[in-house]
Amino acid sequence: MNLKLGVPSKGRLMEKTFSWFEKRGIVLSRSGSDREYAGKVEGIDGVSLILLSAGEIPRELAAGRIHLGVTGIDLVHEKLPRWEQQVEDISQLGFGRADLIIAAPACWVDVDTLDDLDAAAAAFRKTHGHRMRIATKYHRLVREFLTDAGVADYTLVDSQGATEGTVMNETAEAIADITSTGETLRANHLKILSDGLILQSQATLWRSRVAKYSTTEKSVLTEFLNRLR
Amino acid sequence: MPNRSQIQARAAMMRVRFEAAGAQVVDTPLLQPAGTLLDLYGEDIRARAYVTSDALRGEQMLRPDFTLPVVQMHMNEGAEPARYTYSGEVFRRQEHDPDRANEYIQVGYEVFDRDDPAGADAEVFSLMALQLRGLPLRAATGDIGILTAAVKGLRTTDRRKAALMRHLWRPRRFRVLLDRFAGRRATLEGRDALLNAADPLAIDVPMIGKRRATEIEARITALREDRDTAPISDSELVGLETLLNVRETMPFALEQLRDVAVDLPQITAALDRLENRIAALQARGVDVERLDFEAAYGRTSMEYYDGFVFGFYAEGRPDLPPVATGGRYDALTRQLGNGAEIPAVGGVLRPDLMLEIEEAAV
Repeated sequence: MNLKLGVPSKGRLMEKTFSWFEKRGIVLSRSGSDREYAGKVEGIDGVSLILLSAGEIPRELAAGRIHLGVTGIDLVHEKLPRWEQQVEDISQLGFGRADLIIAAPACWVDVDTLDDLDAAAAAFRKTHGHRMRIATKYHRLVREFLTDAGVADYTLVDSQGATEGTVMNETAEAIADITSTGETLRANHLKILSDGLILQSQATLWRSRVAKYSTTEKSVLTEFLNRLR
Repeated sequence: MPNRSQIQARAAMMRVRFEAAGAQVVDTPLLQPAGTLLDLYGEDIRARAYVTSDALRGEQMLRPDFTLPVVQMHMNEGAEPARYTYSGEVFRRQEHDPDRANEYIQVGYEVFDRDDPAGADAEVFSLMALQLRGLPLRAATGDIGILTAAVKGLRTTDRRKAALMRHLWRPRRFRVLLDRFAGRRATLEGRDALLNAADPLAIDVPMIGKRRATEIEARITALREDRDTAPISDSELVGLETLLNVRETMPFALEQLRDVAVDLPQITAALDRLENRIAALQARGVDVERLDFEAAYGRTSMEYYDGFVFGFYAEGRPDLPPVATGGRYDALTRQLGNGAEIPAVGGVLRPDLMLEIEEAAV
């Protein structure tokens, strides 16, 4: 069997991953049409390319269905509890950089820190009768971060997209989301809390600690990793 | 490892003993409405309890403990005074330690009684100790009521006291607040400019979101008031710090706390209650001379307790969770009682851990 390499199936993340490997003599490409999610690998034998949504790659690595995978640190940390035991961080690829942050409305002139957010949340709950809502899709990371910081009286509401718009629409009071330039935050009149950085993420190549490696697969893996040095 | 039927047999036996002590057997649904639990514990409960849902009843949680449903049941239909016992599964989500059980049996004993709280504390503790007799365990005790009394009696604003009370359960945040109120922390950069501004809301960003301008103004007013409030005095601060560090056997702990009461006279009534409890424990045959008391015990893990707290731990097995825990939760009955309240104290045992320790000792 071939060593299975999972790569994001779309967009800039896929293109940048392809060119990162190409610089190291491994040519990945989509076979057939643009719509077909099959791929091929040239420049090394014994490796198959599996095109997947970046969000599913952590799960596939943890299940051992792929041996290697490219996806963001944010997704691995969010989706895999005790991720260190399930995957190994092989190489940070230097693109797809983004920060997971907590942002509040820019008009909250009294809120600069988590400490302020906590105080505002207490008053908010008293005034409105419900806890301050923070919209996010990173439930575990955000909850652990806020618990650690001792923030209370908040509730996480799920937002799988257009999270920056939830404050204006009054379905949330603050957000926790990924940002790279901060442009979308500014356009939606939000500001990052000064101590609101939860995680710095970038595209990373991971190896599954769970997957089974046959003797052939092991030697292909060694060869593959040597090529990346 | 003990098997399920052994654990159930042990649980049944212990429940019978609690019945013999005068408790009525109760049971509660496995599925609890998530709203009540979320109100009580906040978002943190999601990390500890399994959540499920249907379109009709909305979010439900698999019972993470019995105390809450038993209190609700008592507040709705219970006669006074009441003693209850139960045994059944509780469920705890585990994300960090695969060795910790996510489903286990608890056997509990709860007392709702207005007379003689010290006697009720001692009753619960000694009944637990009796069930655990012969096991190599160490008991720890504490009293959240002493710290609460100390904070409520500080010579500072109600707002500061409320902020400290709110974070009593989060030692790190409590410390930060205390340092700030004592003037030991530098003010935030830019904060002075904000508070000195004639119109802090004169900004060129639109007002968005459900938190309105009046709420922002109210907080700025509060921040201004706080800036102009004198710091918490050194003697009170030292008193609080000494209090939190008290860790002794019960009689010596009381003695040290009486010294603290020179700086913090507001804890005197709480110390009298501790003294009565020590006497009540002694009357029930508990060796208080060798019973540990830590003033900070129970601060991180026992949110709804507000008086006496205790736990029994396996000697030489720091990997195991406590075999028994409990305490007094008067405030919880107020919170869930819709205007009614009743002093209440109780505790739970883990038959699975008891059997595990027994097996290891053989």
